[in-house]
Amino acid sequence: MQMPQPSASVIGRKDQIVARLSEVLPRDAVISDERETRAYECDALTAYKCPPLCAVLPATTKEVSDVLRICHELGVPVVPRGSGTSLAGGALPTADCVILGVAKMNGVIETNYDDRYIRVQTGRTNLSVTGAVEADGFFYAPDPSSQLACAIAGNIAMNSGGAHCLKYGVTTNNLMGVTMVLMDGTVVEIGGAHLDAGGLDLLGVICGSEGQLGVVTEATLRILHKPEGARPVLMGYDSSEVAGQVVTDIIKAGILPVAIEFMDRPCIEATEAFAKAGYPMCEALLIVEVEGSDAEIDAQLKLIMEIAAKHNPVELREAKDSDEAGRIWLGRKSAFGAMGQINDYMCLDGTIPVSSLPFVLKRISEMSKEFGLDVGNVFHAGDGNMHPLILFDANKPGDLELCEEFGAEILKLCVEVGGCLTGEHGVGIEKRDLMNVQFAPADLEAQMAVKDIFDPAWLLNAAKVFPLDSSQPRRAA
Amino acid sequence: MQPKSEEDLSQMIKGANGPLRITGGGTRPIGQCEGEDLSTAAMNGISLYEPGALTIVAGAGTPIAEIEETLAAENQRLAFEPMDHRALLGTKGTPTLGGMAAANVSGPRRISVGACRDFMLGVRFVDGQGTIIKNGGRVMKNVTGYDLVKLMAGSYGTLGVLTEVSLKVLPDVETTATLRLHGLTDRQAVQALSAALGSPFEATGAAHLPKGPDGDPVTMLRIEGFEASIKYRAEKLQALLKPFGAVDVTWDDAAAWTAIRDVTAFADKPGYVWRISAKPSAAPELVAKLDATAVQYDWGGGLIWALADEGRDLRAALSDFDGHATLIRGRADVPAFHPEIPALAAITNGLRAKFDPRGILNPGIMT
Repeated sequence: MQMPQPSASVIGRKDQIVARLSEVLPRDAVISDERETRAYECDALTAYKCPPLCAVLPATTKEVSDVLRICHELGVPVVPRGSGTSLAGGALPTADCVILGVAKMNGVIETNYDDRYIRVQTGRTNLSVTGAVEADGFFYAPDPSSQLACAIAGNIAMNSGGAHCLKYGVTTNNLMGVTMVLMDGTVVEIGGAHLDAGGLDLLGVICGSEGQLGVVTEATLRILHKPEGARPVLMGYDSSEVAGQVVTDIIKAGILPVAIEFMDRPCIEATEAFAKAGYPMCEALLIVEVEGSDAEIDAQLKLIMEIAAKHNPVELREAKDSDEAGRIWLGRKSAFGAMGQINDYMCLDGTIPVSSLPFVLKRISEMSKEFGLDVGNVFHAGDGNMHPLILFDANKPGDLELCEEFGAEILKLCVEVGGCLTGEHGVGIEKRDLMNVQFAPADLEAQMAVKDIFDPAWLLNAAKVFPLDSSQPRRAA
Repeated sequence: MQPKSEEDLSQMIKGANGPLRITGGGTRPIGQCEGEDLSTAAMNGISLYEPGALTIVAGAGTPIAEIEETLAAENQRLAFEPMDHRALLGTKGTPTLGGMAAANVSGPRRISVGACRDFMLGVRFVDGQGTIIKNGGRVMKNVTGYDLVKLMAGSYGTLGVLTEVSLKVLPDVETTATLRLHGLTDRQAVQALSAALGSPFEATGAAHLPKGPDGDPVTMLRIEGFEASIKYRAEKLQALLKPFGAVDVTWDDAAAWTAIRDVTAFADKPGYVWRISAKPSAAPELVAKLDATAVQYDWGGGLIWALADEGRDLRAALSDFDGHATLIRGRADVPAFHPEIPALAAITNGLRAKFDPRGILNPGIMT
């Protein structure tokens, strides 16, 4: 993955830049020693590494504003960083950049149950947002798999999803307001404890802009009362076509489960070897979860089981209690770990129209043979977001490149059938050079025009999202 | 002008030498602008509907009625419940998909499921230079590039003319019940609605009429789903709301919610009509400051509809508050849209200048 040539002029001014930043930040908030900046050399896309010029850890919106104002004045690129869990390289530094980490800003500013929101500093982790309100029966709905570690700042940057978004939506549907610092240091308040924008929906375009429009330091998030309970069923089928039909029939019957998860045979096999969840060996396994009171759950599961039974399942298992529910989820939740036991893997994130699932799985399996790399598929079947896991050996020369090439072909296939390159991980650097597959030059131009307004000098996370040749004239200007 | 295709529209915009006034069905004349009429009505028709994927794609000029009928045949619906402005604004014509999206029009269910913008999956549009642009797509989970779909929702045609919109749809429900409390003050009513909305019993409508159909205060909650579940939740909510008084339960009662959605109570009454988005718990205090002729609360208090004297800018009475006020029915003597703080106005104006450098798309409508 190519990154732009770092600016020798900026690197040459490192001492001056560090000195200026040290004027506005406490001593321990500026990290410039090369042994320590290495801690920020990558995010969860660990195949790519580059230590930054320096890293700063501001503790307040004012400090963020001071940092950005100075970097703007000195023409220094800035890469914002939440917890560094991006799978797309969204927080990958360049050698001439200042990493702006929000980890120190992790407080709760206000919780309001009457108006059902919480206001937090964005360095707070996703799970600890729920942690702050769960004793009172509330939760924050978006639940990316990395929720134990990932920060709200990164969730907003990537518009993160999760397993339960079929019912609750993704970050953008649960974000009510932000305090954001623009690259020139201006602090703006957008949205708040009320719903919807009065003018243009700036909040809507900020969410998912991958840290390219500003640094969000505080967020107002919608919280909901927890459902009384939730329970899954597990079903196994002999073909992905049939499993796909079951999903369609459930949705068409007017039931809206909170989660519909799909795993294919390679994934089931790996998971069984690793977690021994007792899954049936079959071509397609579905986990469908519904919420409500016990009686409501029973009623919904009865309908779902009737639909499932009509399609001749290999296995049909309903969770009667939380133990059984835990066992049903066990395999799915250990799927990534299980694949990781076998080999290194790359996790893709394309979305497809649900109806294309059988065709796409067939093509992936054919491509798997062509490339000589195994692949397992985990799929949020309700919303079409698939996570093919391609196995490769990082120590074998050429294997990473082969895997990336295979991954790119799968993502192109997702676009071809009417889907998209990324459903919830973001573009970052990982899918940056594939953007031309999904978008015409005019489509990308329109998006870049938005960045022109928020960050005219293209200093914020500028080497991400847009193919380098498309963004080159702007980055060079 | 009435382009028949995106290419037609692109040519017309490229060739335009003055301001264009963009309309769908012309049923929502919110804000004021002058210009040659440009109607999207001829770019209509449903191009894709996959009930199993909960997705529909249609031309901007497609009547909402056509979309709703098509969905109803598969027992699905537009969950955000778009308001029909015709009665309130005294307009005729056919509400269209493009108009709904451009004005981000939602209804009472917005409080639980989200707004129109939350259901918009993709758009195609033509910007002020005639460039055809697409963003988003037809799938529910999509974070590929910037979300210009949200930016287009509620932009009233000022960034581009929508030609196609894809939407997420949801299953229709088996049963609906309406719960009513009587005689509450505005403050008590918002507290009762907050208690219900903060419970696990999933209210999908939460409104308060200080003067209901009989002239007395009525506070309303809607619950929807399978029949057994509705009975269970109705009982739970009755118990939860006991401190606020007795709760009547009516099955169905769709007409009552349509009346709230369309604010029909203000339809034949003179005066300016305001739509105020606010923090729910602050709403009664704001209403007390308004000196309005009549008000209606929706979204658990978070949406205030106010009928007030002609020519009066209610924002003066509201001063600084967490929210915004839009003049939905009025004249040009009062700005329709809430003034933005300078830093945001600079961004908004910058975006408009990028997408419509000649300033010909509905110029001035959002001021």
